[in-house]
Amino acid sequence: MISQLVSLWKVFLHLFASNETVQYPSKKKWWWSKPTKVMPYLAPRYRGRIILTRDPDGEERCVACNLCAVVCPVDCIALQKTEDENGRWYPEFFRINFSRCIMCGMCEEACPTYAIQLTPDFEICEYDRNNLVYEKEHLLINGVGKYPDYSFWQVAGKTIFGKNKGEAQNESPPEDVRSLLP
Amino acid sequence: MEVGFIMILPLVVGAMLGALVLVWWERRLLGFLQDRLGPNRLGPFGVGQMVADLIKLITKHDWVPPFADRLVFTLAPVAIVAAMLMGFAIVPFAPGWHIIDLNIGLLFFLAMTSLAVYGVLLAGLASNNKYSLLGGLRAAAQMVTYEVFMGLSIMGVVILTGSFNMSEIVRAQEDLWFFIPQVLGFVVFLIAGIAEAHRAPFDLPEAEHELVAGFHTEYSGMKFALVMVGEYLSVILTSAIIVTLFFGGWLGPDFLPPIIWFSLKTGLFICFFVLLRAAIPRPRYDQLMSLGWKILLPITLVNLLVTGAVVLLAKG
Repeated sequence: MISQLVSLWKVFLHLFASNETVQYPSKKKWWWSKPTKVMPYLAPRYRGRIILTRDPDGEERCVACNLCAVVCPVDCIALQKTEDENGRWYPEFFRINFSRCIMCGMCEEACPTYAIQLTPDFEICEYDRNNLVYEKEHLLINGVGKYPDYSFWQVAGKTIFGKNKGEAQNESPPEDVRSLLP
Repeated sequence: MEVGFIMILPLVVGAMLGALVLVWWERRLLGFLQDRLGPNRLGPFGVGQMVADLIKLITKHDWVPPFADRLVFTLAPVAIVAAMLMGFAIVPFAPGWHIIDLNIGLLFFLAMTSLAVYGVLLAGLASNNKYSLLGGLRAAAQMVTYEVFMGLSIMGVVILTGSFNMSEIVRAQEDLWFFIPQVLGFVVFLIAGIAEAHRAPFDLPEAEHELVAGFHTEYSGMKFALVMVGEYLSVILTSAIIVTLFFGGWLGPDFLPPIIWFSLKTGLFICFFVLLRAAIPRPRYDQLMSLGWKILLPITLVNLLVTGAVVLLAKG
């Protein structure tokens, strides 16, 4: 019985506590005053709209490995691999259907090149379903996203235009196996 | 015994408006108690919410399930609201402001709240749905139990006043409000009143975690609205009766008119009902019953005995 009265009192005191509600999208001080825009705090790692990023040199990070499309639980990612004249892979098209996407972030986890990233933006409503299908030009940004210095081709052991085997970061030149002969 | 016909229309309109305001105010206050805002988008402080709710409920499809007993199903919510509105007839809002000055006013109130049980029970029965039936069953058992000492707990007041007349009871409190000599009676009546109004924490007839929505599972549209209005009316009525019996009704310092004092006190108790809903979890059904029979009933009887003995001794 005492505990019931104590809980009554404690809940009553909450009448004078400040409210937790964030009045997204807009808030009025008084009912006659003009509404001001309100945005809730979104953590930097909030999983919202998906973007494709570029490496520090301004080239596309995506190497069209298809891992994101494979790992996607709702199969909302579709892409086609192609190569440029230097043998560098990139997606010919890259399509995310946001009407299916559940923002699980598994594509981001699977991506070996940090190309696909989720951003703290959830305002992607559309009146037409077709407008929720984002093509590469909608997804690709002119920035590096969360990993400013990372460039996949500079750490990969693959020979590519402008970089031979052994010239990558933290990599020593290949051993000349013949020099080991007695 | 004259009947104040002039009072009937204002009272019915006022009670209905009060129930309508409660639809909004309960949610708003509940929100504040839970550190959120409640409905605040429509109009000043969100009062437009009640108009929106009303329009929604009126325009909704009023569906009667094909397996239900159509006549009883339709009449049950009407019975609840009618019984509750009848109960308002004996409440004295201010000196002379009442519909009927019955000399058995208190008994009339008890009779009307008992009649409302039939509405709940028939609603559960006529829905022909197992959850509704369970809800109706619970309502019947709970209300029969709690009516016993709801009646007994206010007998102390009757002993002190020497009358069942509500206005007499209020006038007898001019020196001392009855909640001081009758504190046990007040507590028991409060608990029984919550159980009679089947409000949280004693809302076992509708217990949405167990019984979908209990006796009004199958109701929709305006019939559902009537059930809700009945519940809010019973909250208002129970608060008004508590104020009349234990907190001096319209009595108060002279700087405010009696009707304002009455409304203020009643409003305070309505807010207390909302606080109860926010704070106290629902007991299990057997706990509810054992609380009633094993604790509240003996307390009431002791209270009744002691009050009677003290009054007899005082007379000499």
